[in-house]
Amino acid sequence: MSQLRETNVKRTPLFNFHVEQGAKMVDFAGWEMPLLYTGIIEEHLHTRRAASLFDVSHMGRLELRGKDAEAVLQRVCTRQLADAQPGQSRYSHVCNERGGILDDVIVSRYEDHWLVVCNASNREKIVNWLLRHSAGRDVTLEDQTESTVMVALQGPGVIPALREKLPLPIGDLKRYRFLWGEYLGFSYSIFRSGYTGEDGVEVIVPAAVMPLVGGLLGTLLGGENGLKPAGLGARDTLRLEAAMPLYGHELNEDVDSITAGQAWCVDLNKDFIGAEPMRRLVASGLSRKLVGLELEGRRIARQRASVHSGGEAVGEVTSGTFSPTLGKSIALAFVRADLAEPGTGLEVDLGGRRSGATVVKLPFYKRSA
Amino acid sequence: MASAPADRKYSQTHEWFKVSGDVVTIGITRFAADELTDITFVDLPRPGTKLTAGKPFGEIESVKATSALYTAVGGEVIETNAALADQPELVNNSSFEEGWMIKVRADDLAPLDDLMDAAAYDAMLQRG
Repeated sequence: MSQLRETNVKRTPLFNFHVEQGAKMVDFAGWEMPLLYTGIIEEHLHTRRAASLFDVSHMGRLELRGKDAEAVLQRVCTRQLADAQPGQSRYSHVCNERGGILDDVIVSRYEDHWLVVCNASNREKIVNWLLRHSAGRDVTLEDQTESTVMVALQGPGVIPALREKLPLPIGDLKRYRFLWGEYLGFSYSIFRSGYTGEDGVEVIVPAAVMPLVGGLLGTLLGGENGLKPAGLGARDTLRLEAAMPLYGHELNEDVDSITAGQAWCVDLNKDFIGAEPMRRLVASGLSRKLVGLELEGRRIARQRASVHSGGEAVGEVTSGTFSPTLGKSIALAFVRADLAEPGTGLEVDLGGRRSGATVVKLPFYKRSA
Repeated sequence: MASAPADRKYSQTHEWFKVSGDVVTIGITRFAADELTDITFVDLPRPGTKLTAGKPFGEIESVKATSALYTAVGGEVIETNAALADQPELVNNSSFEEGWMIKVRADDLAPLDDLMDAAAYDAMLQRG
């Protein structure tokens, strides 16, 4: 049993770095990943205040080439991609015929190919889904997850530091735009994006040049305001404060993109898999909505905690935490659509005890600049 | 990891019990606190509450999970660590000292004889 586990769990090229930095490692979607280095809250607050380095190499990186790549992606993705320019990324969902969410992805357009970044837990499913919808078409898919490294640098200190260290116009890059090219002989992509609610970049380079990149990152590490490593624990509390959905929590195959509050990444005017049920849903109105809750007290509402109104069960928590930035217990929950207005008073069941909760506007946290 | 202090006993569920006369101070070990990750809330019984040996006396919440706290001794709660209300992180930062949770006037100290001493507890952690 334990042997089986050891041979199956993957390590990113940064594994040794994590161990050297004293990380507490956990198995996440089949990858041995850092949960934390010094403490989740400390890493969270450092990201909000300064700059953090996250290893996100476990996320799937799928390259699509061929003259039908755009058509296949247009069919599979909820988002309009036809007008995306080379150097532009777009957040999108991939849905099944019922409109159920198979994954949330970031699709990036290069000059002559596309890159789909998907969740680690859904990689095999998305590869198979893309292959199935590419059948008979001029598309080749290359899974580059294990031949590349992806790191996210997040926090207000990131762009100023990179501007100083890198001979690239990072500061001019708009959000959801990216630069790509060759640097000292290796290919790189730098995206102005992230999953923390802070400014920053996500970088992809070949796994083989990790020592070189590690050296560069090393020059950014250290100091009270310098770059520090942060783990998956902080990544989760940061994304939750920023009200960014997480697959397996707010998003799953039993919920559609509209109900999940992500209509902004859906173009119902184009033809894509899952569009028809979503059009009907928009016409008939939603029965439940995703809301933000602020709970009384310090207790945390965990996933699947039931939400009540006037003694009646009206919904379910999808994610909850104690917000390090706000010092409050916060949660995302699906509730009956008529109870989704900010200011609505609800109750959350915390293991037999009820806690008062108020619907609040999302996101819980928004950076000032 | 620093080893557990030798002046107390340890349960399988990672609570520590330190005896002074008939009063037992209870907390959780450094290992348990590390496993829970950042602690955000400790729910403790009020002074005067009667506890039963082997039963939960409270709950501890971290960013990651909620866990029950168990007492090996029965008796009356005579004091709780009021500092934890505003600084639950004391359990992470000082598990064996400032992060103590409750003091119980024990009905019977005998159940502590069945618990591990520091060496046995450390050995249990070593075995994984």
